[in-house]
Amino acid sequence: MSDTHAHAVAYVRDTMLPQQPPPASEAGAVKWMRENLFSGWFNTILTLVAVYIIFRLLSGSLPWFLGGIWNADSLATCREVLDGATGGCFAVLTERWNQLLFGVAYPNDQYWRPTLAFVLLLVAVAPVLYPKAPRKMLIFTGLYPFVGFWLIWGGTIFAPLVGLLGFVVGYLLFKQVERQSFAGGAALAVVGALVTWWAGGFLVGAAEGVIALEPVPSRDLGGFMLNLILGTVCISLSLPIGILLALGRQSDLPIVKWICVVFIEFIRGVPLITLLFVANVVLAYFLPPGTNFDLVLRVIIMITMFASAYIAEVIRGGLAALPRGQYEAADSLGLDYGQSMRLIILPQALKISIPGIVNVAVGLFKDTTLVSVISMFDMVGMIRGPILASTEWNGVYWELWSFAILLFFVVCYSISQYSQWLERQLQRDHR
Amino acid sequence: MTSVSDPPSGSFQFSQLIYDTRYRSLTFQLIALLLLIAAFSWLGYNLVNNLRAAGLNFSYGFLGEPANYDINQRLIEYTSQSTHWRASVVGVLNTLLVAVLGCITATVIGVVVGVLRLSNNWLVSKLMAVYVEIFRNVPVLIWILVIMAIFVAVLPQPRDFRGDDATASMVWGSFAFTGRGFYAPLPIFGPGGWIVVAVFIASIIGIFGLKRYATKKLYAEGRVIKTLWPSVGLFFVPTLLVFFLLGRPISLEYPALAGFNFQGGIFMRNSLISLWFALSIYTAAFIAENVRAGILAVSKGQTEAAASLGLRPGRIMNLVVLPQALRVIVPPLISQYLNLTKNSSLAIAVGYMDLTGTLGGITLNQTGRAIESVLLLMTFYLAISLAISAIMNAYNNAVRMRER
Repeated sequence: MSDTHAHAVAYVRDTMLPQQPPPASEAGAVKWMRENLFSGWFNTILTLVAVYIIFRLLSGSLPWFLGGIWNADSLATCREVLDGATGGCFAVLTERWNQLLFGVAYPNDQYWRPTLAFVLLLVAVAPVLYPKAPRKMLIFTGLYPFVGFWLIWGGTIFAPLVGLLGFVVGYLLFKQVERQSFAGGAALAVVGALVTWWAGGFLVGAAEGVIALEPVPSRDLGGFMLNLILGTVCISLSLPIGILLALGRQSDLPIVKWICVVFIEFIRGVPLITLLFVANVVLAYFLPPGTNFDLVLRVIIMITMFASAYIAEVIRGGLAALPRGQYEAADSLGLDYGQSMRLIILPQALKISIPGIVNVAVGLFKDTTLVSVISMFDMVGMIRGPILASTEWNGVYWELWSFAILLFFVVCYSISQYSQWLERQLQRDHR
Repeated sequence: MTSVSDPPSGSFQFSQLIYDTRYRSLTFQLIALLLLIAAFSWLGYNLVNNLRAAGLNFSYGFLGEPANYDINQRLIEYTSQSTHWRASVVGVLNTLLVAVLGCITATVIGVVVGVLRLSNNWLVSKLMAVYVEIFRNVPVLIWILVIMAIFVAVLPQPRDFRGDDATASMVWGSFAFTGRGFYAPLPIFGPGGWIVVAVFIASIIGIFGLKRYATKKLYAEGRVIKTLWPSVGLFFVPTLLVFFLLGRPISLEYPALAGFNFQGGIFMRNSLISLWFALSIYTAAFIAENVRAGILAVSKGQTEAAASLGLRPGRIMNLVVLPQALRVIVPPLISQYLNLTKNSSLAIAVGYMDLTGTLGGITLNQTGRAIESVLLLMTFYLAISLAISAIMNAYNNAVRMRER
C-alpha cells in the first residue's frame, strides 16, 4: 500500500521533521502574560488599573525617597538643601534615631544595654521557636528574664540574683516534698520563695552599688524599646495565666468556671484603651494608701490581663479541638486531672493553638502603641510628642511615620511568617 | 461484687477533703471562693480608705452638672451648657456612627479585596496580598494618625475654593472635600416630606415581597417570574410620583462658601472622616483574609458537582458556593465588627469626640471622677460587645449545619 503510494506521488519525506519551537504566543513570558494578565476583557481592565495604581504609587514615592536628604539638623536646613526639588527629609531619622528607638531620657552612653538585651532576647527565644535548636539553650531562656531585667533597668546585680534564687529555692523545696504531697510541695515552694525574696531584700538594700549598672527608672524607658519590652513581657506572662484561665473555663467546678468566664468575657468586651485608663487613673484607688508603683508596671499588669483573656480563648479552642477520646484515654489510664492535663491534653492542645497564640502576640505587639494615649513615650508617643513638637522637626510627618510603619511591619510580618512556617511543620507531623 | 463498690467506711477524716475525690472539688471551690472574696474585700477596703483620704465619694451626680465644653461633631443638639450626661450621649452616638459607617465600608472593601486576591490575574492578586499584609502588620493607631495627616496635607483648604482663580472646586456643585472635612447637601423635609420617605420604605418592602412571591411560585408551580424590571419600577416610580404630586416637599440645602469656611449642608469633620477611613481599610484587610479563607474552605468537589448538574457559573456561586462560604465567613466577620467598634475608641488620638473622648476624656479630666467614668465607659463597651455576641450566636444557630 505504501509502496504504491510512494510511486504515485513525486516526493515522500522519510525522516522526521525537526521539532519546531511553539508559537511565540504560546511560550515563555508572552504565554504567561496572556494567561495571567490578559485572559479576557475584564482581566485586561484589572491589569491596566493595577499597573496604573502601581505607577502612581511609585512615581509618587520613588523620587521622594531617592532624592531624600540624610544630613541636616532641622527641617529648614533640609528645605534649603532641597531647594524646591522633590525629596524626603530623612535627616530626622539620622539625627533622632536614638530617641525613636530608646526614648528621650535613656542615658546616651548606656544604649549598648538595651541593644545587648535585644540580641540576647533573640538567642533566648530561639529554642522556644525552633524545635531543632539545642535543648541546652532552654537554660539560657530560663535565665533571660533576670539578665534582661538587669541590663535594661540596671542597679545592683543582686536584685535579679535574689529573684532567681527565690525561684531556685522554691523549686528545690517542691522537689523534696513532691513525692509525699503535690499540694504541700507547692505551698512550701511558695513560702520558701517568699522568704528568700524577703530576706534577699535586705541584701539588695545593703549591697546597693555593688557590681551595679547605672540604674534607669521605668519612666525613662521609651521609643521602640518600650514597645518591645511591653510586648515581650506581657506575652510571656500571659501565656501561663491564659492556660490556667482556659483550663478553668473548661473545668467541672462551677465556681471556678464562672470566675474564669466572667473574667474572660469582661476583658474581651472592653477596648484595651479603657484598661489603660484603669492603669493610669483608677488602679491607684484599689491599692493600699501610699503604694506608688510605677506606670510601666501598672500598664504591664493591665496588658497582661488583656492578653491572657485572648490567649485563654485561643487555648480553649485547642482544647475543644482535641478528640474526646484523648480525654477518655487519659482517664482510663488512671491518670488524675493534673497528670492527664500535663502529659496528654496540654501538649497536644498547645500544639494546635500555636498559630492562634502567635496571632494574639502580633495583635498585642501592635496594641502596645496605645500606651501613647495615656502619655507614655513609646514609638508613636515619641513621634507625636517630642519630635513633631520640636522646633527643628515640626512638620516632618511622612519620614517619621514611614519609619514607624517599616519597623512594625518588619517585626509583625516576620512573626506571622514564622507562624505560617510552623503551621506547615506541624502539618507534616500529622501526616 | 457488692463488697467492691462498698463506700469506704469509717469516720470522716480531715485529709479526705484533699485526697477524696468526692470532697476535693468542693474544697477547691471553697478555697477559690474565699480567695476571690478576700481579694475583692481587700480592693474594696482600699478603695473606701483611699476615697475617704482624698475626700471623695462614689456618686454619679456629676452627670447632671453642666459640661462646659464644646463638641464639634454631633448628631443631636448639644451646647456647652448641656450636662455631662448629654455629652456622654453625644459620645455614644458618635461611637455608634463611626462604628456603623466603618463596618459597612470595611465589609465592602474587604469582600472586594478578598475576591480579587483569589483572582487569576497575577498582578492584581499580588497587589491585594501586599495591601493585606501591609495593613494587617502595622498598628491601627499609626494608620489613623497617618491618614489624618494625609487628609490635612493633601486635600485643599476652604480658602482654596475662593475667588476667581480658585485651585479647588466643588464636585457637582454640591460636595466639597476639604482638609477640614467633607461638606454634603442636607435634605430639608417640608410638610409631607415624611410621606415620601414612608412610600419609599414601603416600596422597598414591596420589592422583597415580590421576590418572596416569585420564589414561592417557583417552588410550588415551577413557574419562573421575572422580577428584575418590576423591582426597578417599584423602586423608582411610586416614590417619584408621590414626590412630584406633593409638590416636591424635600429640598436640599447646599453647602456654600461664606467667609473663610463653608456654611450649611452636612459637615463631617476630618477627624471623623480619617477615623472612619482608617478603621475601614485596616479592618478590611482582616475581612479580606476571612473572605478568602471562607471561599477556599468550600471544597472544589462542590463546584464540580454543581457544574455536572448543569448549573451555570452564576448559579453555582449563588446556590452552592456562597451559602457554604458564608457559614465560614460570617462568625469571624462579626468578631471583626466587634474589633472595629472597640478600635473606634482610638478616636481620642485624632480628637474625634466619641464616648472615650467625652466621658473618658474631657469629663473625666474636668470632674476627676475617674472610677465612675471608667466604669460607665466599660459598661457601655461591654453592653455593645455582649449584644454583638448574642447576634452572632443567634446567627450561628440559624445557619448551623443540621446533621442527621
